[in-house]
Amino acid sequence: MKFVDEFREPEVITKTAEEIRRLADPDRHYRIMEVCGGHTHAIYRFGLKDLLSSNIELIHGPGCPVCVLPMGRIDDGLSIAQDPNVIFAAFGDMMRVPGTTGSPLEHKARGMDVRIVYSPSDALKLAKNNPDRHVMFFAIGFETTAPSTALTLVRAKEWGLHNFSVFCNHVTIIPAIRAILDSPDMRIDAFIGPGHVSTVIGCRPYEWIAKNEHKPVAVSGFEPLDILQSIVMVLRQLKAEQAMIENQYKRVVPWEGNSAALRAIAEVFELRPYFEWRGLGFISQSALRIKESYAEWDAEKRFVVPGVRVTDPKAAQCGEVLKGVLKPHQCKLFGRECTPEHPIGALMVSSEGSCAAYFNYEHRKTEMVTSISSMA
Amino acid sequence: MAHGAGGKASRRLVEGLFAPLLFGAASGPLGDAAHLDFDGTKIAITTDSFVVKPLAFPGGSIGELAVNGTVNDLAVSGARAEAMVVTYVLEAGLPTPVLEAEVRAMGNAARKAGVIIAGGDTKVVEHGKADSMYITTTGIGRPIPGVNIDPKSVRPGDKIILSGPIGDHGITILLARGELDLEADLRSDTRSVLPLVEVLAKAAGPGIRWMRDPTRGGVATSLNELARDCRLGIVLSEEQLPMHDAVRGACELLGLDPLHIANEGQFLTVVAPEYAESALNALNLAPGGEEAKIIGEVREPPAGAVLVKTLYGGSRIVDMLVGDPLPRIC
Repeated sequence: MKFVDEFREPEVITKTAEEIRRLADPDRHYRIMEVCGGHTHAIYRFGLKDLLSSNIELIHGPGCPVCVLPMGRIDDGLSIAQDPNVIFAAFGDMMRVPGTTGSPLEHKARGMDVRIVYSPSDALKLAKNNPDRHVMFFAIGFETTAPSTALTLVRAKEWGLHNFSVFCNHVTIIPAIRAILDSPDMRIDAFIGPGHVSTVIGCRPYEWIAKNEHKPVAVSGFEPLDILQSIVMVLRQLKAEQAMIENQYKRVVPWEGNSAALRAIAEVFELRPYFEWRGLGFISQSALRIKESYAEWDAEKRFVVPGVRVTDPKAAQCGEVLKGVLKPHQCKLFGRECTPEHPIGALMVSSEGSCAAYFNYEHRKTEMVTSISSMA
Repeated sequence: MAHGAGGKASRRLVEGLFAPLLFGAASGPLGDAAHLDFDGTKIAITTDSFVVKPLAFPGGSIGELAVNGTVNDLAVSGARAEAMVVTYVLEAGLPTPVLEAEVRAMGNAARKAGVIIAGGDTKVVEHGKADSMYITTTGIGRPIPGVNIDPKSVRPGDKIILSGPIGDHGITILLARGELDLEADLRSDTRSVLPLVEVLAKAAGPGIRWMRDPTRGGVATSLNELARDCRLGIVLSEEQLPMHDAVRGACELLGLDPLHIANEGQFLTVVAPEYAESALNALNLAPGGEEAKIIGEVREPPAGAVLVKTLYGGSRIVDMLVGDPLPRIC
């Protein structure tokens, strides 16, 4: 398969893994954060950790939009769809994320009209085809998905389609990275930068990480070779005591970003003064809301929502895991109360969430290795 | 209820509710069909209900699925389907030509599979109470002599053979729903696997330990069930998994694991190592078995789990499916 197989060539991968081993100082412990959930998923999916020496620790970052969404927002969205006239439309990613009274899928089982859509424009089509119903699109995602939501709103306005609205939960990546760097219990040596987000925002917004925080960043693609190459890039920088932004994902990411997409975002959205992130708390200017000129399509303005803050169960340590202070399996609930079937924290819901990825691909492997070594 | 897609939840429903209340404590591991002995006369029996949307899709339709599914459940239990009875649950207002097409499809599939349709029943429910049409088929069959399926007979070192490329059915259905704006030259793999099972039985009968058709929940779910039932580990080689490019592409695009995607015309078998080569050769020479492969083997650890070795010497655990496979977008 073109554009995929080239980046999975076993021979090249093995060579790159060898280079990583050569570059890493055996007396040093490296903590590298992969910001994006897509990277987390790929690392587990392809077993990349097995190729790295134990002194290279990969820390899973906040770049999984489902994982950082506070439960109160899900409750608010679902409360709108309690009205039998409303169709709740969202990406498949959202469907198993638990609210206080269950996930969208569980609400669907109880009779709510919940539809999985593959893009915001599908939700708009749904509204066009159901003129006597109201379609609310529950929008999630970083700068990756925000442009398509924006363009959908522009189209809704052009079409004069009034039975459509967006419940906007779009967030922005830079403030989250800043929050993590500001966190006192955090020590990260370098970042694997998010690939998809950067196709929109480009590489410039990361420059402060190198300049002010002196941490190397490699904006990375999602294939095994991409990720390993990015690790090579940041290790080289660390070895040379450099800190700069490198673009490993040049085949997709333009340095300056995508100006058309950024214009669409600017047309429809503005920054919220602050927004709550699950596990990270309130972060100022970290999320988007719909501008007044599109207020008619803003579900938060059209409907009354409870807006209640729901705190995560005390025992759940999602925040610590999200910041990389704890490994997924070190959380008290991991694999016991909290499993992909019955997730308590959102990190267990999305397959890009570090807990779910760890649960699905890793933790029994660890058990197995432990049992083998204890047999020896 | 999240019990539809054939993964963990389905299994828990059967083991936690139906088995204890209906079969009593004596029931062993759950097979695809029950083998009964009436004073020396042995028969195999199984039943399955079919719910699919859309009713017709590239490569097949619900009527054909309903026959092949039951024939296959009997086949992988080590039995040759002889007869079946069918029940149609129809939604009021279903156009007659649609029904007729499915009855024809069923008749053709039955003739092809060499199974008699001996009786049936029809119920019509109110409009909106059923999704066009549900079909239940119950089949009886004769055990194939010399084949004994038992997960407890599986040993470390046994080889796992897959009859052909995975994921065709599940991805075809996903695309046929028309919600994705994706097109691919792909057809459901629905077919009777009985001819291949008979070829296998002839070539490696005493070496066959276990068989299963990896329908809902895919290869990953079937092998996880085996791993649990035999308390051994399954190690697969990703490189060896037969798969069409269209399936691989769709899975890449949608963030799905092909090992979780449904199949309707493939089967998995575990054979003793000394029979592996003759089993594979026989399958490869048989029509429809050309792409069969040894995809892995049984090991002691990881007990109860399925481990996939990736192309680069890494590995990952593949669990049963939880709920329906949902595409990842954001």
